[in-house]
Amino acid sequence: MISIILNGEPRQVRGGSIADLVASLGLDVKKVAVERNRDIVPRSILGDVALAENDVLEIVHFVGGGC
Amino acid sequence: MTDQWSVAGRTFSSRLIVGTGKYKDFEQNAAAVAASGAEIVTVAVRRVNVSDPSAPMLTDYIDPKKITYLPNTAGCFNADDAIRTLRLAREAGGWDLVKLEVLGEAKTLYPNMRETLYATEVLAKEGFLPMVYCVDDPIAAKQLEDAGAVAVMPLGAPIGSGLGIQNRVTIRLIVEGANVPVLVDAGVGTASDAAVAMELGCEGVLMNTAIAEAKDPILMARAMKLAVEAGRDAYLAGRMAQRRYADPSSPLAGLI
Repeated sequence: MISIILNGEPRQVRGGSIADLVASLGLDVKKVAVERNRDIVPRSILGDVALAENDVLEIVHFVGGGC
Repeated sequence: MTDQWSVAGRTFSSRLIVGTGKYKDFEQNAAAVAASGAEIVTVAVRRVNVSDPSAPMLTDYIDPKKITYLPNTAGCFNADDAIRTLRLAREAGGWDLVKLEVLGEAKTLYPNMRETLYATEVLAKEGFLPMVYCVDDPIAAKQLEDAGAVAVMPLGAPIGSGLGIQNRVTIRLIVEGANVPVLVDAGVGTASDAAVAMELGCEGVLMNTAIAEAKDPILMARAMKLAVEAGRDAYLAGRMAQRRYADPSSPLAGLI
Protein backbone atom coordinates (compact mmCIF):
# COMPACT_ATOMS: atom_id res chain seq x y z
CA MET A 1 0.00 0.00 0.00
CA ILE A 2 1.11 3.55 -0.63
CA SER A 3 -0.03 6.84 0.88
CA ILE A 4 -1.51 9.53 -1.33
CA ILE A 5 -3.64 12.62 -0.90
CA LEU A 6 -6.86 12.22 -2.85
CA ASN A 7 -9.13 15.26 -3.13
CA GLY A 8 -7.56 16.74 -0.03
CA GLU A 9 -7.83 13.58 2.11
CA PRO A 10 -5.02 11.18 3.01
CA ARG A 11 -5.68 7.72 1.64
CA GLN A 12 -3.98 4.35 1.50
CA VAL A 13 -4.21 2.75 -1.90
CA ARG A 14 -2.73 -0.14 -3.75
CA GLY A 15 -0.15 0.85 -6.34
CA GLY A 16 -0.90 0.63 -10.03
CA SER A 17 -1.99 3.23 -12.49
CA ILE A 18 -4.23 6.22 -12.02
CA ALA A 19 -6.78 4.50 -14.26
CA ASP A 20 -6.78 1.56 -11.82
CA LEU A 21 -7.47 3.93 -8.95
CA VAL A 22 -10.28 5.69 -10.80
CA ALA A 23 -11.88 2.35 -11.63
CA SER A 24 -11.50 1.09 -8.05
CA LEU A 25 -13.38 4.18 -6.87
CA GLY A 26 -16.28 3.23 -9.13
CA LEU A 27 -15.86 6.32 -11.31
CA ASP A 28 -16.34 6.56 -15.05
CA VAL A 29 -13.01 7.65 -16.43
CA LYS A 30 -14.77 9.44 -19.30
CA LYS A 31 -16.57 11.80 -16.89
CA VAL A 32 -13.67 12.96 -14.75
CA ALA A 33 -10.42 14.85 -15.05
CA VAL A 34 -7.32 14.12 -13.02
CA GLU A 35 -4.59 16.38 -11.76
CA ARG A 36 -1.46 14.82 -10.27
CA ASN A 37 0.91 17.00 -8.29
CA ARG A 38 -0.61 20.08 -9.96
CA ASP A 39 -0.23 18.78 -13.53
CA ILE A 40 -3.11 17.59 -15.68
CA VAL A 41 -2.88 13.92 -16.56
CA PRO A 42 -4.45 13.49 -20.01
CA ARG A 43 -7.17 10.87 -20.06
CA SER A 44 -5.35 8.96 -22.81
CA ILE A 45 -2.42 8.17 -20.52
CA LEU A 46 -4.20 7.57 -17.19
CA GLY A 47 -3.50 3.86 -17.63
CA ASP A 48 0.21 4.49 -18.13
CA VAL A 49 0.91 6.74 -15.15
CA ALA A 50 1.82 4.79 -12.02
CA LEU A 51 0.87 6.12 -8.62
CA ALA A 52 3.79 7.05 -6.40
CA GLU A 53 4.13 7.53 -2.66
CA ASN A 54 2.90 10.99 -1.53
CA ASP A 55 1.20 11.79 -4.83
CA VAL A 56 -1.37 14.56 -4.53
CA LEU A 57 -4.34 13.79 -6.76
CA GLU A 58 -7.40 15.80 -7.62
CA ILE A 59 -10.26 14.04 -9.38
CA VAL A 60 -12.97 16.43 -10.54
CA HIS A 61 -16.13 16.46 -12.61
CA PHE A 62 -18.83 18.87 -13.69
CA VAL A 63 -21.51 19.82 -11.19
CA GLY A 64 -24.35 22.31 -11.26
CA GLY A 65 -23.18 25.87 -10.99
CA GLY A 66 -24.09 29.34 -12.10
CA CYS A 67 -22.23 32.56 -12.41
CA MET B 1 -36.49 34.65 -39.54
CA THR B 2 -33.26 33.27 -38.22
CA ASP B 3 -31.47 35.49 -35.77
CA GLN B 4 -28.37 33.68 -34.64
CA TRP B 5 -25.27 34.75 -32.83
CA SER B 6 -21.76 33.40 -32.79
CA VAL B 7 -18.97 33.21 -30.28
CA ALA B 8 -15.51 31.98 -31.27
CA GLY B 9 -16.90 30.47 -34.45
CA ARG B 10 -19.76 28.55 -32.79
CA THR B 11 -23.27 29.59 -33.74
CA PHE B 12 -26.30 29.49 -31.48
CA SER B 13 -29.97 30.36 -31.89
CA SER B 14 -30.82 30.94 -28.24
CA ARG B 15 -29.41 34.09 -26.68
CA LEU B 16 -30.14 32.89 -23.18
CA ILE B 17 -27.46 31.06 -21.22
CA VAL B 18 -28.57 29.54 -17.95
CA GLY B 19 -26.74 28.31 -14.89
CA THR B 20 -27.26 24.93 -13.29
CA GLY B 21 -26.88 25.85 -9.63
CA LYS B 22 -29.38 26.28 -6.78
CA TYR B 23 -32.10 24.03 -8.21
CA LYS B 24 -34.16 21.74 -5.98
CA ASP B 25 -33.02 18.70 -7.92
CA PHE B 26 -31.67 17.62 -11.30
CA GLU B 27 -35.18 16.99 -12.69
CA GLN B 28 -36.26 20.56 -12.02
CA ASN B 29 -32.99 21.84 -13.39
CA ALA B 30 -33.37 19.89 -16.63
CA ALA B 31 -37.00 21.00 -17.02
CA ALA B 32 -36.02 24.65 -16.53
CA VAL B 33 -33.24 24.37 -19.10
CA ALA B 34 -35.73 22.88 -21.58
CA ALA B 35 -38.29 25.62 -20.90
CA SER B 36 -35.65 28.33 -21.28
CA GLY B 37 -34.66 27.08 -24.72
CA ALA B 38 -31.03 27.60 -23.72
CA GLU B 39 -28.38 25.87 -25.82
CA ILE B 40 -25.57 26.65 -23.39
CA VAL B 41 -25.48 25.97 -19.65
CA THR B 42 -22.80 27.00 -17.21
CA VAL B 43 -21.36 24.29 -15.00
CA ALA B 44 -18.88 24.23 -12.15
CA VAL B 45 -15.86 21.97 -11.70
CA ARG B 46 -15.64 20.29 -8.33
CA ARG B 47 -14.02 17.31 -6.64
CA VAL B 48 -15.90 14.06 -7.14
CA ASN B 49 -17.41 12.55 -4.04
CA VAL B 50 -15.08 9.59 -3.67
CA SER B 51 -17.15 8.17 -0.81
CA ASP B 52 -20.32 7.98 -2.93
CA PRO B 53 -19.41 7.64 -6.60
CA SER B 54 -22.91 6.39 -7.45
CA ALA B 55 -24.52 9.75 -6.57
CA PRO B 56 -26.47 11.14 -9.54
CA MET B 57 -24.52 13.44 -11.83
CA LEU B 58 -25.54 16.47 -13.83
CA THR B 59 -24.52 14.76 -17.06
CA ASP B 60 -27.19 12.09 -16.41
CA TYR B 61 -29.88 14.78 -16.70
CA ILE B 62 -28.51 17.41 -19.07
CA ASP B 63 -26.82 15.77 -22.04
CA PRO B 64 -23.54 17.49 -22.93
CA LYS B 65 -23.94 16.22 -26.49
CA LYS B 66 -27.13 18.27 -26.91
CA ILE B 67 -26.46 21.23 -24.62
CA THR B 68 -23.10 23.00 -24.66
CA TYR B 69 -21.48 22.86 -21.24
CA LEU B 70 -19.71 26.11 -20.45
CA PRO B 71 -17.37 25.38 -17.53
CA ASN B 72 -16.93 28.36 -15.28
CA THR B 73 -14.60 29.30 -12.48
CA ALA B 74 -17.16 30.47 -9.96
CA GLY B 75 -15.62 30.42 -6.52
CA CYS B 76 -12.09 31.23 -7.70
CA PHE B 77 -10.56 34.27 -6.05
CA ASN B 78 -7.24 34.36 -7.90
CA ALA B 79 -6.00 33.81 -11.43
CA ASP B 80 -4.02 30.66 -10.64
CA ASP B 81 -7.02 28.83 -9.17
CA ALA B 82 -9.16 29.86 -12.14
CA ILE B 83 -6.56 28.73 -14.69
CA ARG B 84 -6.05 25.43 -12.87
CA THR B 85 -9.81 24.86 -12.74
CA LEU B 86 -10.22 25.48 -16.45
CA ARG B 87 -7.32 23.21 -17.37
CA LEU B 88 -9.16 20.45 -15.50
CA ALA B 89 -12.43 21.46 -17.17
CA ARG B 90 -10.86 21.18 -20.59
CA GLU B 91 -9.62 17.70 -19.76
CA ALA B 92 -13.01 16.66 -18.32
CA GLY B 93 -15.09 18.02 -21.16
CA GLY B 94 -12.71 18.12 -24.06
CA TRP B 95 -13.58 21.63 -25.24
CA ASP B 96 -11.93 25.03 -25.14
CA LEU B 97 -14.89 27.38 -24.76
CA VAL B 98 -14.94 28.36 -21.09
CA LYS B 99 -16.23 31.06 -18.82
CA LEU B 100 -13.66 32.82 -16.70
CA GLU B 101 -14.51 34.66 -13.56
CA VAL B 102 -12.05 35.69 -10.90
CA LEU B 103 -13.79 37.11 -7.89
CA GLY B 104 -12.52 39.91 -5.71
CA GLU B 105 -14.47 39.44 -2.49
CA ALA B 106 -17.27 37.28 -1.10
CA LYS B 107 -19.58 40.12 -0.11
CA THR B 108 -20.13 41.60 -3.56
CA LEU B 109 -18.65 38.86 -5.77
CA TYR B 110 -17.30 41.69 -7.86
CA PRO B 111 -14.55 40.58 -10.24
CA ASN B 112 -10.91 41.20 -9.46
CA MET B 113 -10.05 42.75 -12.80
CA ARG B 114 -6.26 42.61 -12.45
CA GLU B 115 -6.37 38.87 -11.86
CA THR B 116 -9.09 38.45 -14.50
CA LEU B 117 -6.99 40.21 -17.13
CA TYR B 118 -3.92 38.15 -16.29
CA ALA B 119 -5.89 34.90 -16.39
CA THR B 120 -7.42 35.86 -19.74
CA GLU B 121 -3.95 36.35 -21.24
CA VAL B 122 -2.66 33.03 -19.93
CA LEU B 123 -5.74 31.09 -21.04
CA ALA B 124 -5.76 32.62 -24.50
CA LYS B 125 -2.08 31.68 -24.93
CA GLU B 126 -2.93 28.10 -23.93
CA GLY B 127 -5.57 27.91 -26.64
CA PHE B 128 -8.63 28.44 -24.51
CA LEU B 129 -11.56 30.50 -25.74
CA PRO B 130 -12.47 32.46 -22.63
CA MET B 131 -15.77 34.27 -22.18
CA VAL B 132 -15.00 36.65 -19.38
CA TYR B 133 -17.08 37.98 -16.49
CA CYS B 134 -16.14 41.59 -15.83
CA VAL B 135 -17.09 44.93 -14.38
CA ASP B 136 -19.38 47.14 -16.45
CA ASP B 137 -16.44 49.29 -17.55
CA PRO B 138 -15.91 49.94 -21.27
CA ILE B 139 -12.14 50.31 -20.87
CA ALA B 140 -11.78 47.06 -18.95
CA ALA B 141 -13.93 45.35 -21.59
CA LYS B 142 -11.58 46.50 -24.36
CA GLN B 143 -8.55 45.37 -22.39
CA LEU B 144 -10.07 41.91 -22.01
CA GLU B 145 -10.81 41.78 -25.71
CA ASP B 146 -7.21 42.73 -26.48
CA ALA B 147 -6.04 40.01 -24.08
CA GLY B 148 -7.95 37.33 -25.96
CA ALA B 149 -11.45 37.24 -24.51
CA VAL B 150 -13.87 35.76 -27.08
CA ALA B 151 -16.79 37.43 -25.30
CA VAL B 152 -17.08 40.00 -22.55
CA MET B 153 -19.69 39.49 -19.87
CA PRO B 154 -20.26 42.56 -17.75
CA LEU B 155 -22.34 42.28 -14.62
CA GLY B 156 -25.71 44.04 -14.60
CA ALA B 157 -25.70 43.96 -10.80
CA PRO B 158 -23.98 41.74 -8.20
CA ILE B 159 -24.23 37.96 -8.78
CA GLY B 160 -27.37 36.54 -7.24
CA SER B 161 -28.76 39.96 -6.28
CA GLY B 162 -31.60 40.14 -8.78
CA LEU B 163 -31.26 43.93 -8.80
CA GLY B 164 -31.50 44.29 -12.58
CA ILE B 165 -29.34 46.29 -14.98
CA GLN B 166 -27.97 49.04 -12.75
CA ASN B 167 -26.03 51.00 -15.33
CA ARG B 168 -27.54 51.02 -18.78
CA VAL B 169 -25.08 53.65 -19.98
CA THR B 170 -21.97 51.56 -19.33
CA ILE B 171 -23.54 48.41 -20.79
CA ARG B 172 -24.43 50.37 -23.93
CA LEU B 173 -20.91 51.82 -24.14
CA ILE B 174 -19.40 48.35 -23.86
CA VAL B 175 -21.69 47.07 -26.62
CA GLU B 176 -20.80 50.00 -28.89
CA GLY B 177 -17.06 49.54 -28.40
CA ALA B 178 -16.82 45.76 -28.54
CA ASN B 179 -15.72 43.61 -31.46
CA VAL B 180 -16.66 40.44 -29.59
CA PRO B 181 -20.10 39.45 -28.25
CA VAL B 182 -21.25 41.21 -25.09
CA LEU B 183 -23.49 39.25 -22.74
CA VAL B 184 -24.87 40.54 -19.48
CA ASP B 185 -23.79 38.12 -16.80
CA ALA B 186 -25.36 38.41 -13.36
CA GLY B 187 -27.89 40.74 -11.81
CA VAL B 188 -31.01 39.81 -13.76
CA GLY B 189 -33.95 39.38 -11.38
CA THR B 190 -36.98 39.13 -13.58
CA ALA B 191 -38.03 39.06 -17.22
CA SER B 192 -37.98 42.82 -17.79
CA ASP B 193 -34.32 42.94 -16.71
CA ALA B 194 -33.43 40.43 -19.40
CA ALA B 195 -35.37 42.46 -21.97
CA VAL B 196 -33.48 45.60 -20.95
CA ALA B 197 -30.15 43.87 -21.49
CA MET B 198 -31.21 42.79 -24.96
CA GLU B 199 -32.65 46.19 -25.84
CA LEU B 200 -29.24 47.68 -25.06
CA GLY B 201 -27.82 45.56 -27.88
CA CYS B 202 -26.25 42.73 -25.93
CA GLU B 203 -25.80 39.49 -27.84
CA GLY B 204 -27.17 37.51 -24.94
CA VAL B 205 -27.82 37.17 -21.23
CA LEU B 206 -26.58 34.69 -18.65
CA MET B 207 -28.61 34.03 -15.53
CA ASN B 208 -29.09 31.44 -12.85
CA THR B 209 -30.65 32.64 -9.61
CA ALA B 210 -33.49 34.55 -11.28
CA ILE B 211 -34.80 31.23 -12.61
CA ALA B 212 -33.69 28.84 -9.87
CA GLU B 213 -35.08 30.94 -7.02
CA ALA B 214 -38.38 31.83 -8.69
CA LYS B 215 -41.38 30.23 -6.99
CA ASP B 216 -42.00 28.39 -10.25
CA PRO B 217 -38.60 28.03 -11.92
CA ILE B 218 -39.94 26.36 -15.04
CA LEU B 219 -42.48 29.12 -15.71
CA MET B 220 -39.79 31.75 -15.06
CA ALA B 221 -37.47 29.97 -17.48
CA ARG B 222 -40.12 30.34 -20.17
CA ALA B 223 -40.64 33.99 -19.21
CA MET B 224 -36.91 34.62 -19.60
CA LYS B 225 -36.89 32.94 -23.01
CA LEU B 226 -39.70 35.22 -24.18
CA ALA B 227 -38.13 38.32 -22.60
CA VAL B 228 -34.80 37.72 -24.30
CA GLU B 229 -36.56 37.23 -27.63
CA ALA B 230 -38.74 40.31 -27.10
CA GLY B 231 -35.79 42.46 -26.08
CA ARG B 232 -33.77 41.30 -29.06
CA ASP B 233 -36.63 42.02 -31.47
CA ALA B 234 -37.13 45.46 -29.92
CA TYR B 235 -33.42 46.21 -30.36
CA LEU B 236 -33.51 45.11 -34.00
CA ALA B 237 -36.76 46.99 -34.63
CA GLY B 238 -35.25 50.24 -33.35
CA ARG B 239 -37.25 51.94 -30.66
CA MET B 240 -39.13 55.22 -31.14
CA ALA B 241 -37.51 58.43 -30.00
CA GLN B 242 -38.44 59.63 -26.55
CA ARG B 243 -40.34 62.93 -26.21
CA ARG B 244 -40.63 65.11 -23.19
CA TYR B 245 -44.35 65.61 -23.60
CA ALA B 246 -47.43 63.90 -25.06
CA ASP B 247 -48.02 63.36 -28.76
CA PRO B 248 -51.51 62.12 -29.72
CA SER B 249 -51.83 58.93 -31.70
CA SER B 250 -55.24 59.81 -33.20
CA PRO B 251 -55.66 62.49 -35.91
CA LEU B 252 -56.59 65.93 -34.68
CA ALA B 253 -58.54 66.69 -37.90
CA GLY B 254 -62.24 65.76 -38.00
CA LEU B 255 -62.87 66.05 -34.27
CA ILE B 256 -66.57 66.60 -33.55
